[in-house]
Amino acid sequence: MAIFINETTRIIVQGFTGKIGSFHAQDMINYGSKVVGGITPGKGGQIHLGLPVFNTVKEAVQQAGAEASIIFVPPAFAADSIMEAADAGIKYCVAITDGIPTQDMMTVKNFLRRFSEKERMVLTGPNCAGTISPGRAMLGIMPGHIYKQGNVGIVGRSGTLGYEAADQMKRLGIGVSTSVGIGGDPINGSSHRDILEKFEQDSETKVVLMIGEIGGPQEVEAGFFSKEYMSKPVIAYIAGLTAPEGRRMGHAGAIISSAGEGAAEKVAMLRELGVTICPTPAAMGETVAAVLAKI
Amino acid sequence: MDIHEYQAKDILSGYGIKIAEGGLAYSPEDAVQRAREIGGHVWAVKAQIHSGARGKAGGIKICKTHDEVEAAADYLLGRRLVTHQTGPVGKVCSRLYIEAGTDIVKELYFCFLVDRSSERIVMVGSAQGGMEIEELAVNNPDAITKIYIEPAVGLQDYQAREMAFALGLDAEIMSHAVKTIKGCYRALRALDVSMLEINPLVVTRSGELVALDAKMGFDDNALFRQLKISELRDKTQEDPREMAAADRGLSYVGLDGDIGCMINGAGLAMATMDMIKLAGGEPANFLDVGGGASAERTEKAFRLVLADKGVKAMLVNIFAGINRCDWIAEGVVQAVRKIDMKVPLIVRLSGTNVEEGRRIIAESGLPIITADTLAEAAEKAVQARNEVVAKEAALEK
Repeated sequence: MAIFINETTRIIVQGFTGKIGSFHAQDMINYGSKVVGGITPGKGGQIHLGLPVFNTVKEAVQQAGAEASIIFVPPAFAADSIMEAADAGIKYCVAITDGIPTQDMMTVKNFLRRFSEKERMVLTGPNCAGTISPGRAMLGIMPGHIYKQGNVGIVGRSGTLGYEAADQMKRLGIGVSTSVGIGGDPINGSSHRDILEKFEQDSETKVVLMIGEIGGPQEVEAGFFSKEYMSKPVIAYIAGLTAPEGRRMGHAGAIISSAGEGAAEKVAMLRELGVTICPTPAAMGETVAAVLAKI
Repeated sequence: MDIHEYQAKDILSGYGIKIAEGGLAYSPEDAVQRAREIGGHVWAVKAQIHSGARGKAGGIKICKTHDEVEAAADYLLGRRLVTHQTGPVGKVCSRLYIEAGTDIVKELYFCFLVDRSSERIVMVGSAQGGMEIEELAVNNPDAITKIYIEPAVGLQDYQAREMAFALGLDAEIMSHAVKTIKGCYRALRALDVSMLEINPLVVTRSGELVALDAKMGFDDNALFRQLKISELRDKTQEDPREMAAADRGLSYVGLDGDIGCMINGAGLAMATMDMIKLAGGEPANFLDVGGGASAERTEKAFRLVLADKGVKAMLVNIFAGINRCDWIAEGVVQAVRKIDMKVPLIVRLSGTNVEEGRRIIAESGLPIITADTLAEAAEKAVQARNEVVAKEAALEK
């Protein structure tokens, strides 16, 4: 099963012929993802990396049966590309682009709400490493080889910290059903809670590791969701114990701007909501192992 | 990006918000000249620094004579003001805003900001102005009114009226209040403002609604399309190290500890700092070198971390995805050779081409301490730091 993507998912790349788009498209193809083409407006009809280039997402959906998309379009144009994908009937979209203006993301979220839930494209990112269902498909920029296939779902804001978690798990022989990066921006396509909901419905996923950080309400909202609606155990690590108030720690969203947004407060809330906390970032693997051993 | 009060007021007055007459001064002579031009008998001499709570820090002086204006300006210019928003280092005042005194009947709090939970712009107001909204939110949350704005249609008149009534404004100034509130919203949308705060917004004796202070912050991601706003940047108000980092495409935040850090990825950087703290140390900085860390970039990052003279040990933690450990290792070896490091260096590499990376470090012959895991890296860094401190203490004796 896994969530969002597997070996049959037909993938297109938006921003296909650019340097970054080309590099990662090739990497995804090498991993085994079913990339069926890409979009670069004005270059429709050309062949790139042995695959067709389309002018619009609509053409890619009609002619190549595209279902999922990954966006490498520069920040000024990325919101437009996301909305184009949603309108063309793409089911799942990953936005890798870092630096999309907040107001553009508000427009995107508002645009997506116009679709009925059944018709609505799921967006993850922006400013993320993407999504991988190990051994099946990769829709992202991560090093695929560090993930072992298995039954732990991972959702996190940070790319490299997600790699660290997958690596710790692999060393202990633990695999991943799907790992989803939701990105480090203040307004993102899907929240921790949204992804927990998908993992709860996935028969292959047995437990979920949530990797959060300081800033914003999403980790605690996810904690409430897990307490109310989830049968599967949730494990969490929250980064930023040493982060001072009011200073932005790299990610646009990683800033403690009001009460309850610090790492210690989030951890206390999550613990109260029944989430198992990883005491240190070095203990993500062993904490997952301990929880798995109990089920 | 933040701007000064006088800049924010200049922008807002273009959107129909009423402000008191004022002018900018860079010297006490300037300040007196501005006071003469403004006329009247009362002036506020206001330090322009990027921080709220300037009044409490002594950054705003009410003056009744030109001599007082001159003295206040002389006192404030070049002074380092410390507020709870600036941190203990404070910020140096190099510009003053001289403003006509306002006859205040009522002080209100008003702001717009992006609410992450609803993913909308929210308008916040309180009839208890002049106070810190954080304090008010804790002590008297019922005194705060929040109105969420539907992004597709924008702020509606009825919402502005709702806010104006919540602020306790009289019917006579309702239309002016609606115009003020809508003006703020238009500025916010047009200029990619992420935060706009007017505290206090005041009702004057002559029955006008005046923005007595104004604070604006802009979305850094949108500055590419707000060129006029970018020009308002005042680099003297920003941490020089953070700015130097940003100019080199690095993300740096200076902290109080003494273990320097260079890490790729913001999340991993925060986690590594946590690990240092859990191992009994304190990080000196947050530094995300990002993807594609070339040898040149690695060297720049090293120089940046070591520019902090308080650093007693340095930890490099790289999980290579797009990066490759061998490139990083070569960059580290080059940087160490060039810079002549005085403090111990701990390097942990993981991910793509890790074997090759470790071999390069080992064969360099440099006294680099290596670690395989995150935990080991943090422990070794703290241990190395403690040894340096102990050695220094022994030398002093």
